[in-house]
Amino acid sequence: MHNNGEKLIGSEIFFECLRRENVEYIFGYPGGALLKVYETLHDVEDIEHILVRHEQGATHMAEGYARATGRPGVVLVTSGPGATNTVTGIANAYMDSTPLVVFTGQVPSSLIGNDAFQEADIVGITRPITKHNFLVKDVRELATTIRKAFFLATNGRPGPVLVDMPKDVLNAECMFEWPENVDIRGFKPTIKCHANQVQKAAKMIAKAKRPLLYVGGGVITAEASEELRKLAIDQQIPVTMTLQGLGAFPGDHPLSMGMLGMHGTYWANQAVSNCDLLIAVGARFDDRVTGKVDTFATHAYKIHNDIDPTNVDKNIKVDLPVVGDSKDFLASLIEAMPKSREDRSAWIAEIEKWRKQCPLDYEIEPDSLKTEFVIDEVSKQTKGHAVVVTDVGQHQMWTSQYYKFTEPRSIITSGGLGTMGFGLPSAIGAAFGVTDRPVLLFSGDGGLMMNIQELVTAVYNKLPIKIFLINNSYLGMVRQWQELFHQEKYTFTDLASSNPDFVKVAEAFGCKAMSASNPEAARNAITEALAYNDGPVLVDFRVIRKDMVFPMVPAGGSISDMLLARLNPKTMV
Amino acid sequence: MKHLISVLVENKFGTLNRVAAMFSARGFNLESISIGETEDPEISRMTIVTRGEDRIISQVLKQLNRLVDTIKVTDLTHQPHVERELLLLSLKLSKSTQHEIFELANVFKGKVVDIKQKSITIEFVGSPDKINTAIDLFRPFGIRELARSGAVAIHRGES
Repeated sequence: MHNNGEKLIGSEIFFECLRRENVEYIFGYPGGALLKVYETLHDVEDIEHILVRHEQGATHMAEGYARATGRPGVVLVTSGPGATNTVTGIANAYMDSTPLVVFTGQVPSSLIGNDAFQEADIVGITRPITKHNFLVKDVRELATTIRKAFFLATNGRPGPVLVDMPKDVLNAECMFEWPENVDIRGFKPTIKCHANQVQKAAKMIAKAKRPLLYVGGGVITAEASEELRKLAIDQQIPVTMTLQGLGAFPGDHPLSMGMLGMHGTYWANQAVSNCDLLIAVGARFDDRVTGKVDTFATHAYKIHNDIDPTNVDKNIKVDLPVVGDSKDFLASLIEAMPKSREDRSAWIAEIEKWRKQCPLDYEIEPDSLKTEFVIDEVSKQTKGHAVVVTDVGQHQMWTSQYYKFTEPRSIITSGGLGTMGFGLPSAIGAAFGVTDRPVLLFSGDGGLMMNIQELVTAVYNKLPIKIFLINNSYLGMVRQWQELFHQEKYTFTDLASSNPDFVKVAEAFGCKAMSASNPEAARNAITEALAYNDGPVLVDFRVIRKDMVFPMVPAGGSISDMLLARLNPKTMV
Repeated sequence: MKHLISVLVENKFGTLNRVAAMFSARGFNLESISIGETEDPEISRMTIVTRGEDRIISQVLKQLNRLVDTIKVTDLTHQPHVERELLLLSLKLSKSTQHEIFELANVFKGKVVDIKQKSITIEFVGSPDKINTAIDLFRPFGIRELARSGAVAIHRGES
């Protein structure tokens, strides 16, 4: 701990700032431009540095940590390749509004622009994928810059911020001064919702016969699940959630409709298409949600609450925008609701009819393994009390359909960017942040291979992550599209002849591993894995290779027209 | 339709790039952009000319506001404003054309800033429309080179 007014060098200021920002973990990898920082780190005892094996892993770990805890994830990497390797994770965090502060080493100021060894213009490279970024040119600006970086990453709509620190700045000395207050004149997010807009929204809700809440990750970020629950239950409004919104409302509640959109439930999409009032909260009308925009919720008056005004009217024109924090929106709405409201029992009954018409179900076959069964079984055994991390692809969509998320911050998944390789490292990051619930990872075999080096990090840190590998030895989602829309030309999606033996791979990393290829073995493996807490465990589920995720809205289609099953792909309901 | 947007930004390294990159990343049209320091050396004023339907322009304004380095964004299009552009026009000069060139330059209140035996450079200030007209009318004399500043604009004062 250092005091204001002490003479410190840049690398000491760096750690003192992190300390004052209450940083617990840094996910990092050393290198030439950061030698001084790692020298200082040697004597830092109150901040834990987690050594990753690839800088992309570090950014995803920081994301997993941030999404699980709500606190900013911190990354520390060297210049040049260290910095460029963070790009995918930064872009991912930007799309999913995850607060990250990424620190990159940079070549000495005097060499910047000279094509120096391990130089990359990381500020230029990451400008379009960060909320903001900084190049620190003078050690006297280091503390203020770090303060601003954390402030920007966590306030308003969260996102990644990058701070580039040249080597000479980290070595230079100055008087340490911690800026208690931050004032950035160009950054004044609207938190409080406009009272008139909220009043109007309340009136519209009271007189709606067929209202629907469409809830996104903004509700999780704003920690507004309690308010959402109260509003939905008091007003009897069914709730559908986006991928990032899952868990905002308990998935086992009768008013929960599960996810909407491309692989959403039939009844959620029917409800969107038939509602007379759509209340979007902390969601951004993403194309995977809306399908064809011209036919999206055409009968509905649309209310849209989001903290980021650019989300309003971006994809869908809304009738009543309410810019502000979702917690403030929901809380003020509850206050503003008139005493009487329309009866919604007929509307809820209609939704039940759709639910019964096309439920999410699957058949258990004794000798083969369906992914739906694996996820359903994990959901039952954990009773929804877990942090569930996914990679990207079919298993991710099945997870959204079959895992019953009952708590906020219980799904961590790459939604906007769809980054394969996100799963394993972000599960590791989540496991550092959360210790009162098990951390589970569902990953495909394709995605697991993309950052499998981080298994070392999990083993070395004895993290009790349950790695449920959904192994169909296909790039299954791409294969699905090839089958449905590309004349069954399975170009480069069959991994069967090239995949390694994942059990052996895991064991070579020192990770407990087992495999299962039928329901009985799968059930036992899940029980065993959930009971094992001495480190990570991997279960290689050898699932049916060619299964497809249904229901499905073909790209660009209307969400009211879903493909319900493979056997009759031309039959639209 | 054409919109004229005035943006006060932090006078910092990389700000112009942030704004220009945002336009290209989001596929917005960027007809001209000009930037210069204001009376406060920490703040620069950007004048941006863009085109688009109302929905697009509303996104442009919001996306500009969202950048951390922008302080104030104003769409001047429907507000009383003064808009000017500077043109430096270098023309071929000969005995047979010089009279006409001088006469036309006078009509546009042009100012000769450089003259040689075979060339003349004239400075024009005016609205972008006037500048366009000037270029069209001088074209037959043979344009050697031209440079335009892009529009700069400011609110008109209160009466």
